[in-house]
Amino acid sequence: MANAVTEAPRGAPPRGSAQKRRTRRNTLIGWSFILPNFVGFALFTLVPVIAAFALAFLEWDSYRPPEWVGLDNFTQMLEDENFRVALGNTLYYAAGHIPLTLVAALALAIVLNGKIRGVGFFRTAAFFPYVTSLVAVAVVWRMLFNPTAGPVNQFLAAVGVSDLPGWLSSTDWAMPAVILTSVWRDMGYYMVLYLAGLQSIPGEYYEAARMDGANAWHRFWHITLPCLRPTTFFVLVMLTIQSFKILDLIQVMTEGGPGRSTLVLSQLVYREGIVEGNFGYSSAVALVLFVIVLSVTVVQFRLNERRNR
Amino acid sequence: MTAMRTAPAPTPPPVEPPPVTKSRPRGSRFIRPVVTYASLIVVAALVLVPFVWMLSSSLKRDNEVLTVPIQWIPEEFRWSNFVDVWDRIPMAAYLGNSAFLAVTITLLQLLTGSFAAYGFAKVRFPGRDALFVAYIATIAVPWQAYMVPQYIMMQKAELTNTYWSIILLQAFGAFGVFLMRQFYMTIPDELCEAARMDGLSEYGIYWRIILPLSKPALASLALLTFVNTWNDYMGPFIYLTSNELWTVQLGIRSFVGQYDAEFAMIMTGAVVSVVPILAVFLLGQRYFIQGIATSGMKG
Repeated sequence: MANAVTEAPRGAPPRGSAQKRRTRRNTLIGWSFILPNFVGFALFTLVPVIAAFALAFLEWDSYRPPEWVGLDNFTQMLEDENFRVALGNTLYYAAGHIPLTLVAALALAIVLNGKIRGVGFFRTAAFFPYVTSLVAVAVVWRMLFNPTAGPVNQFLAAVGVSDLPGWLSSTDWAMPAVILTSVWRDMGYYMVLYLAGLQSIPGEYYEAARMDGANAWHRFWHITLPCLRPTTFFVLVMLTIQSFKILDLIQVMTEGGPGRSTLVLSQLVYREGIVEGNFGYSSAVALVLFVIVLSVTVVQFRLNERRNR
Repeated sequence: MTAMRTAPAPTPPPVEPPPVTKSRPRGSRFIRPVVTYASLIVVAALVLVPFVWMLSSSLKRDNEVLTVPIQWIPEEFRWSNFVDVWDRIPMAAYLGNSAFLAVTITLLQLLTGSFAAYGFAKVRFPGRDALFVAYIATIAVPWQAYMVPQYIMMQKAELTNTYWSIILLQAFGAFGVFLMRQFYMTIPDELCEAARMDGLSEYGIYWRIILPLSKPALASLALLTFVNTWNDYMGPFIYLTSNELWTVQLGIRSFVGQYDAEFAMIMTGAVVSVVPILAVFLLGQRYFIQGIATSGMKG
């Protein structure tokens, strides 16, 4: 992505009228290629993206015409308890989803990196949850998490847990249940990225380490992990973005409940904007969400740069 | 099956160093494959248990689904569930609606995306790169941040509760242009230059040279778009309110709300909704993974 943006324009500066004519011709041809997509893209993506920023500073609902109110929406947010709860829950979700998915994906990739018979089947199986429809995943896990007769609690009981969690029917355990489901769903995707990273590590590194008598743990810690740094960084950025904007899984699994225990920021945007019709206020919440995602990503890039130096 | 029964609960392995450290053990030649296969079985159990459970539940009676202890293999296989589900909910209509949306959006995305990508990759004109940056920038903005303005537009245009809303919002994504352009950049410019010398127009180069060369990238984009559209929940959930327009995802979800105790029937519906995706995924797995690996992003 980076090289796509920084790639310098290679067109020669126009000189003379023949050159000018050619540039004009190329511009026409170029636009004729881009236009069919651009019309749809501009109308249905670009305009809404720009409008989203402007709307955040308007007071606008389904009944009244839009009115410029400056930062009122943001001060309203500070007093809105739903916003505070949603922000807290989003952070909670991210704090669980990011590290667990990262570790699970890395473990999967390392186990499935070997040249063992049948490894292809296991890779496919590990990736498939990510491709499966979210509704099917949510429906299955809702039953697996059934507090009385669900397989999860039956297993916990079998290993001697006496105080069984209520999972989706409990305000304390609903979020962990959502996190576990999303880790299961996403780990295969990040595993694919880690597998690509693992395959780029030269085998000689491991040979040399073996000669020096490094054990498996040392090889993992001093070769595998450092060589995977670029992959880990990329995975971390993607996971962060994905975690903060979580919506569909929660909408299907819990609808934010029980109570407000799994209400997240994107869902607040959906409820305020599309259900309630508070276009201005919901856009302000959406802007906060975007700024959070952007700043976390920028911080991660900065940290990565500093470590690379 | 025994592996499944003795396997730990389907929770992810957050703090499990053994598979990590023992993946390339030094010691004996006999221990190594044992450890490897043991960790493979653990992984398979974690990943597959929910699927096995879904499949086995779909073949049971409703009251046999949530039992203590768990019955991994149904006492009696009720294949009739897979006949009944079509009458219980309008499954055929839902599947048809999903297929219509997924095919239409995928075709439009392929057509306009690959066409625009040629303009961005192979035609040089002033302003081109700035325009491409606009495309990239919107990929970085989460959809959740601009779903409200999109909804207002569709409402004003009175397109909510029609397929137009979903098609217009999803068929011109920046992602397709980005993916195709990345691929076109790997095709040497000399090839186009030579074709130009031979008197081929830019459209001819696109159609006769670039497009045939980019079949793998087109396949990747087609698969990603198809699966994304088929699985999409929020789009249809926001825009499609009449039952006869519902996609299979909305159908299954509402089934859960209406008949909460029909556990087996819900699982049967879920299996039916997943089968087309499984088929598409297994057929085109290579392109699917390639698309993710080369672009590094999805949706």
